[in-house]
Amino acid sequence: MSGMTLRHRRRRATSAVMLALTGVAAVLTVLPLVLIFGYLIREGAGALDLSFFIHTPRPTGEVGGGMGNAIVGTFEMVGLAALIGLPVAVLAGVYLAEARGSRLATAVRFTADVLNGVPSIVVGIFVYLLIVVPTGGFSALAGSVALATMLVPMVTRTTEEMVRLVPRELMEGGLALGVPRWRTMLGVVLPAARGGILTGALVGVARIAGETAPLLFTALGNQFWQLDPRHPTAALPLQIFAYAISPYDDWHRQAWAGALVLIFLVLTLSLGARFALGRAQRS
Amino acid sequence: MTDVVGGNSVEGLPAPRRLALPWKLSSASDAVWRGVLVVFGLTIPLLLVGIAAALVYGAWPAIRRFGGGFLTGSAWDPVSDHFGGIPFLVGTLASSLLALLIAVPLSIGLALFLTELAPRWLAAPIAFATELLAAIPSVVYGLWAIFVLVPFLRDRVEAPVSEKLGEGMGIFAGPAYGPSILAGGVILAIMIIPFVSAVSREVIAAVPRAQREAALALGATRWESTWQIVLPAARAGLIGAVMLGLGRAIGETMAVTMVIGNTPQVPHSLFAPAYTMASVLANEFAEASGDVHRSALMYVALMLLAVTLVVNALARALVWRVERRDAR
Amino acid sequence: MRKTMATMDAQPHISPVRPPTPAVSAPHVAAPAGGQAAGQAFAPAVEASKFSFWYGAVQALHDIDLSIPERRVTALIGPSGCGKSTFLRSINRMNDLIPGVRHTGDICLHGRSVYDRGEDVVHLRKRVGMVFQKSNPFPKSIYDNVAYGVRVNGLARGRRELDELVERSLVKAALWDEVKDRLQKNALGLSGGQQQRLCIARALAVRPEVLLMDEPASALDPIATQKIEELIYELKDEYTIVIVTHNMQQAARVSDFTAFFYMGQLVEVGRTHQIFTTPREDRTEAYVTGRFG
Repeated sequence: MSGMTLRHRRRRATSAVMLALTGVAAVLTVLPLVLIFGYLIREGAGALDLSFFIHTPRPTGEVGGGMGNAIVGTFEMVGLAALIGLPVAVLAGVYLAEARGSRLATAVRFTADVLNGVPSIVVGIFVYLLIVVPTGGFSALAGSVALATMLVPMVTRTTEEMVRLVPRELMEGGLALGVPRWRTMLGVVLPAARGGILTGALVGVARIAGETAPLLFTALGNQFWQLDPRHPTAALPLQIFAYAISPYDDWHRQAWAGALVLIFLVLTLSLGARFALGRAQRS
Repeated sequence: MTDVVGGNSVEGLPAPRRLALPWKLSSASDAVWRGVLVVFGLTIPLLLVGIAAALVYGAWPAIRRFGGGFLTGSAWDPVSDHFGGIPFLVGTLASSLLALLIAVPLSIGLALFLTELAPRWLAAPIAFATELLAAIPSVVYGLWAIFVLVPFLRDRVEAPVSEKLGEGMGIFAGPAYGPSILAGGVILAIMIIPFVSAVSREVIAAVPRAQREAALALGATRWESTWQIVLPAARAGLIGAVMLGLGRAIGETMAVTMVIGNTPQVPHSLFAPAYTMASVLANEFAEASGDVHRSALMYVALMLLAVTLVVNALARALVWRVERRDAR
Repeated sequence: MRKTMATMDAQPHISPVRPPTPAVSAPHVAAPAGGQAAGQAFAPAVEASKFSFWYGAVQALHDIDLSIPERRVTALIGPSGCGKSTFLRSINRMNDLIPGVRHTGDICLHGRSVYDRGEDVVHLRKRVGMVFQKSNPFPKSIYDNVAYGVRVNGLARGRRELDELVERSLVKAALWDEVKDRLQKNALGLSGGQQQRLCIARALAVRPEVLLMDEPASALDPIATQKIEELIYELKDEYTIVIVTHNMQQAARVSDFTAFFYMGQLVEVGRTHQIFTTPREDRTEAYVTGRFG
């Protein structure tokens, strides 16, 4: 019997060790979060003053200045991208939900999933060829289109899922009353799916707000206040990138500060999305 | 129109076997509505086709000039217009696979911890932390990696290891300046862990409790039941999660660009600098010197797109095959 | 050996081979004071003393005193939610998997408490086999299903011994003839009744001292159910079986002793024949005559 006990002890020990290792894995995966936020706050908070928000970058090498124009530029381009992309995405999502089984819809769904996997820098190059080259210059509009191109496949799929969740009875009820399909969809089904769609939209917008690569060859960036969408415009991620790879300490500090602001923006949007989902689920 | 779903359902007969309600036209406005929806739906394949077409168009001069040799050439010299894509292909694949090597065990370990071990009060904050990690923008990861991760790796890992092992094992050879394929792999791993572990967690939690209970009731330890019964049952989904991570790692641009060293050479060791397809695009595209250079970069972009599509397709095929094999 | 169940009903299940052993020689057992022992004539395999059980704040079992006799079939009956499954799952401590549970009192397996510190719960579960309400074969081959417990516990040395063990278990579970030509095929391809017999074979393969069955036939059609009941009848010569069932006719057909649970309490226990024809308690009579539950 002692042979069995020895083997048994070994099995028990193995089980305990391996389960403990999963705990180690959990610690190791959460550790970067702590470190990143820690450094962000430590390095970035110090550089966050009013000047940071209301000033534009100083000439190369000079100390001081801020990222005001980049922050505004991000708002501008993300807003424009949402304006362009969200209606397209929501309608495409409704299409997928309505035409569920058709072969065309399956193809569209498949390409949406593929698009979701296309690297963001490729999207940037695409918009470069599509808009920057023909119009002869970089612009916030091109940047917005690039961001919208990333937004659409994401939000299309989430919209589809949310519309599909709405019980059939709602649509049937409207149709049974003689209301045309489009009106039932717009007046009854979509409002019912409103919370979920909004959540998906906010999550998508939060993600594109943090994107840098699509803007590299479209919006390009700018040192000055510039709101005209037809010209190169600054954006927060672009500025952070440019400062981070520069050799100047002051710019490094500002990069941390900019990263802090960017994270704050992205997290606010993400948490807003969660909040919307919570409200939608409760109603 | 071929995309009309189903047909009319006549009294007494069962409705056609479609999931959506039949598109009965109740008015002309519905026809317009359907047309509108189709148009908007079509924007998506249009985008994909557009991207592929644009890249081919932009890369065409380079394709004509270098042909298939581009895919095997390893020189990258803008001055003499000699271009080859191998350094970037190797850099991308090596850094991505390294990232997988690090991230997959950690992700599955985390997923197991959350589903099997952690009490609720601990699981919720950790899961939340994982979601936060997924939301951090790439450039922020890159920023942290430049100033924190790379110096750490250089001083605490690369220097000591290359001193001790570098002579015998080429893969650990120095000199270790900091930016390296190792740094690229590590930051990629950190970035894909939230996604791989989230999907893994879902898949593992979906394994019916009855399977675990059956194993435990036979006298298996918790680890044995997890390793021998639960994980194999979740195999297809786990593979999907891993491929998802691979796909993301391949396409990742900013963070990798900031730490990989940006040297268009096939790295001779883990500690040597390298270049990925996405990184060379990020760095050189805006200031490409001449049409040949720019076209060569487009060729690289085309390569990147192709690799992404292939990995995606492979992922789906693999998952499908495993699912079929498990159900047999 | 194919017996029809119909002839079982009339006679009490006293096996002619084993003469009743006097209660005095029952080993390692503290006779529960004032409690009910099912069949003091037979040595108890499992003994519960003042066992109470809580799911968090909800008390599911109240002071259960119950002896399960060796090599007999004991049925636990009662309406939904009466605690019979909870009690069953306490014997092999499967309830421990649920967070927030606690108990007082004790359950002993062959004289040793299942909660004994020196006894590992993993080993306990090898000693006590369990068949679940819904069959849960692993998505592996038939062979690997039966062999799993054996491999994990290291009970067979070498492939030949394993093969023999698998075959013997499948024979005992009355499944061998149906699957002997396709042992490598996936177990999920079997019918519901076959899967359940596979689960029984799997449980038998590790040579348990006691076999627990939680409504093993409730998800099966009548023919498959009959096969399971016949199987139980054949197994009881070798194994102590405790079966939870909501089907009173099944309990009457298959078991030697019956314990009636109601609202977490053990109301009455005794020979099956006596419980169903001349129950002592009013509640028992009400339940077995179908007035409630």
